[in-house]
Amino acid sequence: MYDFQFARPTSLDEAVKALSAEDAQALGGGQTLIPTLKQRLAAPEVLVSLTGIRELRFVRRDGDTLRVGGTATHGMVAREAAAEFPGLAGMAVRIGDPAVRNRGTIGGSLANNDPSACYPAAVLAANATVVTNSREIAADEFFDGMFTTALDEGEIITEVRFPIPERANYQKFEQPASHFALVGVMVAKHADGVRVGVTGASEDGVFRWTEAEDALSGNYAPEAVDGLTVSADGMIGDLHGTPEYRAHLVKVLTKRAVAAS
Amino acid sequence: MTKVSMTVNGKAVSGEVEGRTLLATFLREDLHLTGTHIGCDTSQCGACVVHVDGQAVKACTMFAAEAEGAEVTTIEGIAAADGTMSPVQKAFQEHHGLQCGFCTPGMVMSAHALLAENPDPSEAEIREYLQGNICRCTGYHNIVKAIAAAAAEMRPVAAE
Ligand SMILES: Cc1cc2nc3c(=O)[nH]c(=O)nc-3n(C[C@H](O)[C@H](O)[C@H](O)COP(=O)(O)OP(=O)(O)OC[C@H]3O[C@@H](n4cnc5c(N)ncnc54)[C@H](O)[C@@H]3O)c2cc1C
Ligand code: FES
Ligand code: FES
Repeated sequence: MYDFQFARPTSLDEAVKALSAEDAQALGGGQTLIPTLKQRLAAPEVLVSLTGIRELRFVRRDGDTLRVGGTATHGMVAREAAAEFPGLAGMAVRIGDPAVRNRGTIGGSLANNDPSACYPAAVLAANATVVTNSREIAADEFFDGMFTTALDEGEIITEVRFPIPERANYQKFEQPASHFALVGVMVAKHADGVRVGVTGASEDGVFRWTEAEDALSGNYAPEAVDGLTVSADGMIGDLHGTPEYRAHLVKVLTKRAVAAS
Repeated sequence: MTKVSMTVNGKAVSGEVEGRTLLATFLREDLHLTGTHIGCDTSQCGACVVHVDGQAVKACTMFAAEAEGAEVTTIEGIAAADGTMSPVQKAFQEHHGLQCGFCTPGMVMSAHALLAENPDPSEAEIREYLQGNICRCTGYHNIVKAIAAAAAEMRPVAAE
């Protein structure tokens, strides 16, 4: 790993300022970035740790919204959202392993937008809003293909606001070596319709399966998607699964998520 | 270089570190606490698990500077000062929960974190909690047995 200057601000203002430096990068829980630095795939001059900023670390309910601070860890969400939004807590508790969940953060996961990460599917299905130090970004505007998001250089995710759905569930078909999702599907039933977020499957990263959303909005039952097929075009193919296999899993996991929600 | 100060196994320690110095490196090379092992480069094996402020973390995936002010416990802090092993350590010995021993420090640290959270875990819960700890030797069965036995032994004490 190349060396860098390490900064650990205690306020958001200081962090924004530190990130305006040339080649500065934010550090959340480090569970993606530190392995990346070890491989020298990233080489920032300054690393700005966000974990010292107390105001960014919270999980709380505000009316019909669950508000999750930008540096809330997966473990915090698993514990503290369990009563208010069990579908989200059930997703968080299956990310990686306990030690990863004790460090990894929602902000880091979303900013990274790994095509196999779990949070992006939940954010899309829940129709959450990503709040940064400068604006609010709707879930549908946030993800922009594998490892790409609407975030600008130096922009910090400070909070994610989840409208709490009536019912929701995340189903993950785990790739056992990495613990990431080979395919993961989050289904959320809102008062005004159903949303389905799919991760791990597409070469374009996380996406909404809108045909299933329409079918499930009419009839919220696993059978509602029986007549649909997911095309293997544009699905990821690697040694863990062919595009056809992933396309098949999308439908199976959607049905399971509806049944379990 | 930055100065860091933390408490490790109950003792106040400090040192000068680079930004990139990992907590695992600081423990092993500066403090000579070599029980914290490094088995991979990809944050997957768990040989490096320590407790930071009571939570299990991978010491290879945290910078030393991030542990400023923290309470760190390593495998060296698990046995009593007179060398009496913890119930988990004893159970690993009794149930053959190790062969080469490389993964053992991380396994024991994860097991203690699990039992602090959940004093009466099912076999499935033990296996699930060890998802981030890889063992190349034992096949896991005896590790799971050891942790279940340690849990049974520790429970009455925890209830007092
Ligand atoms: C063994 C292992 C298994 C894993 N399994 C899974 C899994 O099953 N599912 C899953 O979804 N993930 C998994 N992960 C990834 C894990 O969830 C990471 O925690 C997450 O992807 C990144 O979050 P972080 O806080 O660690 O971010 P970091 O690694 O610190 O940062 C990642 C990126 O986000 C940026 N960033 C960080 N915080 C912010 C912020 N608040 N605002 C803006 N940018 C920010 C950083 O600059 C960097 O580019 C796994 C990781 C490991 C090591
Ligand atoms: S050394 Fe392998 S996870 Fe830390
Ligand atoms: S005992 Fe050898 S790796 Fe676990």
